[in-house]
Amino acid sequence: MIRSMFGPDHKVLLPYMTAGLPNEEVSPDLFAAMADAGADGFEIGIPYSDPLMDGPVIQKASQEALEAGIDVDAALRVVEKVAHRTGLPCLAMTYANVVFRIGLEAFCARLASAGAQGVIVPDLPVEEAEPVLGAAAASGLGVVLFVAPTTGEDRIRAVAARDPAFIYGVAELGVTGEREKSSGRAVELSRRVRAVTDIPLVLGVGISTPEQAAEAARVADGVIVGSALVRRVLEAASPENAAKSLNEAVRDLRAAL
Amino acid sequence: MNAQKLDRPDATGRFGDFGGRFAPETLMSALDELEKAFIDAWDDVGFRAELDRWLTEYVGRPTPLHAAPRLSEELGVEVLLKREDLAHTGAHKINNAIGQVLLARRMGKERIIAETGAGQHGVATATAAAALGLECHVYMGEVDIQRQALNVARMRLLGTEVVPVTSGAGTLKDAVNEAMREWVRTVETTHYVIGSVVGPHPFPWIVRQFQRVIGDECLSQLGERRPDVVVACVGGGSNAMGIFYPFAGTGAELVGVEAAGEGIGTGRHGASLGAGTPGILHGARTYMLQDEDGQVEEAHSVSAGLDYPGVGPEHAYFLEAGLARYVSVTDAEALEGVALLARTEGIIPALESAHAVAWVAKARDELAGRTVLINLSGRGDKDMGTIIEWMEGRL
Ligand SMILES: Cc1ncc(COP(=O)(O)O)c(C=O)c1O
Repeated sequence: MIRSMFGPDHKVLLPYMTAGLPNEEVSPDLFAAMADAGADGFEIGIPYSDPLMDGPVIQKASQEALEAGIDVDAALRVVEKVAHRTGLPCLAMTYANVVFRIGLEAFCARLASAGAQGVIVPDLPVEEAEPVLGAAAASGLGVVLFVAPTTGEDRIRAVAARDPAFIYGVAELGVTGEREKSSGRAVELSRRVRAVTDIPLVLGVGISTPEQAAEAARVADGVIVGSALVRRVLEAASPENAAKSLNEAVRDLRAAL
Repeated sequence: MNAQKLDRPDATGRFGDFGGRFAPETLMSALDELEKAFIDAWDDVGFRAELDRWLTEYVGRPTPLHAAPRLSEELGVEVLLKREDLAHTGAHKINNAIGQVLLARRMGKERIIAETGAGQHGVATATAAAALGLECHVYMGEVDIQRQALNVARMRLLGTEVVPVTSGAGTLKDAVNEAMREWVRTVETTHYVIGSVVGPHPFPWIVRQFQRVIGDECLSQLGERRPDVVVACVGGGSNAMGIFYPFAGTGAELVGVEAAGEGIGTGRHGASLGAGTPGILHGARTYMLQDEDGQVEEAHSVSAGLDYPGVGPEHAYFLEAGLARYVSVTDAEALEGVALLARTEGIIPALESAHAVAWVAKARDELAGRTVLINLSGRGDKDMGTIIEWMEGRL
């Protein structure tokens, strides 16, 4: 079902949003607002205390969600509601320690029973991915693996050989967060990935404006937009405003793709 | 168990079950490059000679091995002190900082970043960067900036930019997070001088190799003699691994002293080996403080250098292999340790190092008649603010 998001004439738009933001009750409404605006699926963040690949905005979201009591159970309840309400593929994103602490089989089974389709772990390089790939496959989940501008050809081949649900191309050096301008590094990265495999390539990190999304989509099968959307929720005066603001932002992104 | 110490980690970067490389993809090629550069440098007699020259002429090595007569008499235990507090900048941290900055320069990096807790690693790195002419930025938690003001001023004077870290509890763990995030951004031009035997492979191994000079020197200073027990404080574990590694397999009992903070039972402590569980922190599988969901718990210690919820993976291996045992002492006991060493030997230790002294005092009955080598990892100047508060009964 993750793969079926992709099509020859369709660029995939995957919003990232932290589960349980601003609270467990309202959170699914925010995803629904993005679904209405043309999202193809979601990267749903399970909050983590030490999000190493995240910049200030998603760090803050993660911390606020944890303070609001969004533990893994609560985050999975959100995933379940979002999957049910929107019918779109939901990929859970969290850090390796959460996955290993809960246990690979148990974690994947819980994700699957919540209706998630896949898992994204940004501190799980391909060398360490084998046991996670096995546990995920056993639960019918897809795993997303990463490539970055600093990734060499050997590693791109190693990633492709694991046949991930899609390849997450890190578009910019650095952690998640808005950038004024793109560095253009994704163009060369995409060329190198394409030389090796046809597995869908989705670019993320530093893609926030419709222009940046359009630029990225020219060289990839889809884009992930995170901080720009999460910031809208953190800054919103009310949950209704947050939903409205997300709906507008996703509509603009969709239109640009 | 009769497992052996390992020369180096295996192909996955593990010491037994611990270590590895759980890092963002952006860093993976830099970690590969670093591993290759280190192997190449370590095997190069030219690099080793240059390192030795810096350690001798600049750091002031070998540091003395002092038989502590009055402390020995007071405790009824024969105590030897390895005086890392006398190394340039006042702690063992300089051994690693000089090594890694030399390595960075050899790799053609223009810029250095580091994290710091107590500020000793930050000062050591700022010093090495100044001496070798590299630009340096040090990430430091807000809370630590407050409690280690002296070291902040030293770093600034040394030409380093100290970057305050406000996330989390504003201590060492958060400083490591932020330094790693910065490294993800600047990895192509910058080397991250990690300050302890922690982090993704190859860092724990590299830092151990740069710190093992402590134990190697002790062995040659001791001649034929061997201590019965070797004691060191454990934050990330670099001073401890630096002295343990050469002594592992010599018959000496190795004792690592973690921070019990306000008491293990209060939950406010830094005893990752004593009271933690295996998990993944800062890129390595190791023992750490965490909840059921894997959320990292805050550590606590009066000493900023031990205020860390993880520990180097090689210590996790030493624990499970039975090569060392790990104990802990409280904040209050550590402060008594400062006073004890000051009064008996005229040495004011760092609060971190005072944990090792305090454990020996606490375990004196068990240790009676044995020879104990303590790694005195640093001096206490940086901690005088805290020590004054304690002397005045305000702590
Ligand atoms: C004097 C001293 N000892 C010990 C430590 C703890 O680090 P490690 O366990 O890596 O030796 C520090 C850290 O700042 C320190 O400054």
